[in-house]
Amino acid sequence: MADLVKHADEIKVVSRRFGKGATNIDKYIELDGYKAARKALTMTPDAIINEVKTSNLRGRGGAGFPTGMKWAFVPKESAKPKYILVNGDESEPGTCKDRLILEHDPHSVIEGVIIAGLAVGAQKGYIYIRGEYRYLLTIMQKAIDDAYAKGFLGDNIFGSGKKFDAYWHTGAGAYEVGEESALMESLEGKRGVPRIRPPFPAVVGLWGGPTVINNVETLASVPHIILDGGQKFADYGPPKNGGTRLFCLSGHVNKPGVYELPLGYPMKKLIYEVGGGIPNGKKLKAVVPGGSSTYLLTAPEAEAINLDFDSFAKTGGFLGSGGVVVCDEDTCMVKFALRIMKFYQHESCGWCIPCREGTDWLKKTLIRFHAGAGVKKDIDNINYLAQNMLGRTFCPLGDAAAIPTMSIVQKWRQEFEDHLDGKPCPYENKGSIPEPAFA
Amino acid sequence: MFSEQLSKKFDKMVTNYPTKRSALVPMLLFAQDEVGHLSDEVIANIAKRVELTDLEVRNVISYYSLLHTKPMGKYHVQVCTNISCLLRGGEEVFEHCKQKLGIGHKQTQASGLFSLEEVECLGACSWAPAVQVNYDFHENLTPERMDKVLEQYAKK
Repeated sequence: MADLVKHADEIKVVSRRFGKGATNIDKYIELDGYKAARKALTMTPDAIINEVKTSNLRGRGGAGFPTGMKWAFVPKESAKPKYILVNGDESEPGTCKDRLILEHDPHSVIEGVIIAGLAVGAQKGYIYIRGEYRYLLTIMQKAIDDAYAKGFLGDNIFGSGKKFDAYWHTGAGAYEVGEESALMESLEGKRGVPRIRPPFPAVVGLWGGPTVINNVETLASVPHIILDGGQKFADYGPPKNGGTRLFCLSGHVNKPGVYELPLGYPMKKLIYEVGGGIPNGKKLKAVVPGGSSTYLLTAPEAEAINLDFDSFAKTGGFLGSGGVVVCDEDTCMVKFALRIMKFYQHESCGWCIPCREGTDWLKKTLIRFHAGAGVKKDIDNINYLAQNMLGRTFCPLGDAAAIPTMSIVQKWRQEFEDHLDGKPCPYENKGSIPEPAFA
Repeated sequence: MFSEQLSKKFDKMVTNYPTKRSALVPMLLFAQDEVGHLSDEVIANIAKRVELTDLEVRNVISYYSLLHTKPMGKYHVQVCTNISCLLRGGEEVFEHCKQKLGIGHKQTQASGLFSLEEVECLGACSWAPAVQVNYDFHENLTPERMDKVLEQYAKK
């Protein structure tokens, strides 16, 4: 349903089958589908994990944890059943890539789940899709039914004598559930509040059993790694940052869309070449590099950085979820900070106090500030409140709210000063473009 | 209470997990889709199916933003104004909907035809601004295109 885009610099691995009718299982098989699962059945669990380690695949949900290592944490022997849980609760603002994978290539996710199950010794996998993506749930339900009908799922998968069951599951509107421990709570039919760790899910997860939780894109990458070899995948990106990634380009660019580019791709090229630059010849002001919970970049910072985990780590930031949001010179950063905080305040589950109270106070302060009733000490207070949330909450939602806020106050302090003394917002009615440029 | 088809689906769903209550969130969503909202009767019925008390079910409902205990409009218009949509006119689309429908955030028209809600990121960032009417996505909107979308539902 969502439009697909193309650019010559793209390397299509995960998006290889987009737009080719691969929701149909026969078409998927024709396009090399389920070959990787058959191959994995001939491999030992350690060999599968090693192949994934070789690929340098790192979690595509945002945290960037090495996938092979995550799988290796699962104990070999377990009294309780082990599980694979697919995180399709995509809701980080700026991120819309898992949606395309589930829409165009649902079987690649099922295949990734089967392979993960073989690697860690799990016989059940759950594919959790956010409630808003109802049409994708229908697609996934059909894909699972078709895989059972072919004998790729069930009591004797691919005639191997091995058993694997996959189930769909849907959320009902909650950003917090994208956090892995809250995701497990939600799947168990509870409020999505995070669990304290340790124990980590790899040891004590769903219903107390060892659980591997991976993002949709991460698992959709796995069949390609098994089929073509981990080394080939690793070679697409710079060292320790294997593969390609779906970057969701949005905001003030001429050609927004989801592009699959190798890790390490320059942000400058993403904005000006792939994205076709900024509409109406305006200048770049800020970039959200990987979803709303990442440190924002100024124009010179954005134009100098490459899109891989380590380049961001060097600057003290995060590559995040792949959601690149571009803001032009007429964007009011105070309003932008306010909108981000409004979101986190809405989504905070209320379980722990620094997040529940911090997001609420910050939202109130920012509303007042943007309306022109701010005082000078508010500026430091906003930064101080955000800093006091950082690292002091059960789950990363508190950090996610603090990080963009701190970076906006620190990097665009002048804009806060410009709102002082009852002055109206200098950017009012300049912030948005009336007509989507690519439509 | 529910159609035979949905009832059967629920019977199967509770067997998909080691504990029955694990099916709760999808069951609530599907029940709401069929009945319109999560009435006391719906809650009592589902609580029984998953072996929980009504209160335990209500406790879960209040967490999830898509679950409603009061009737919504036949067409629930959900406008995203989060960052990607904000930059491309999401707020203008929301303001336009308010005026056009004569209702505000989380309000329902007296006729029961439309209800309106300003929502968080819908996962349509590269096609912003985006609106979901019930479960259908409408993307790359302007106030003018939003009019057409609303007309299309009003005519249904």
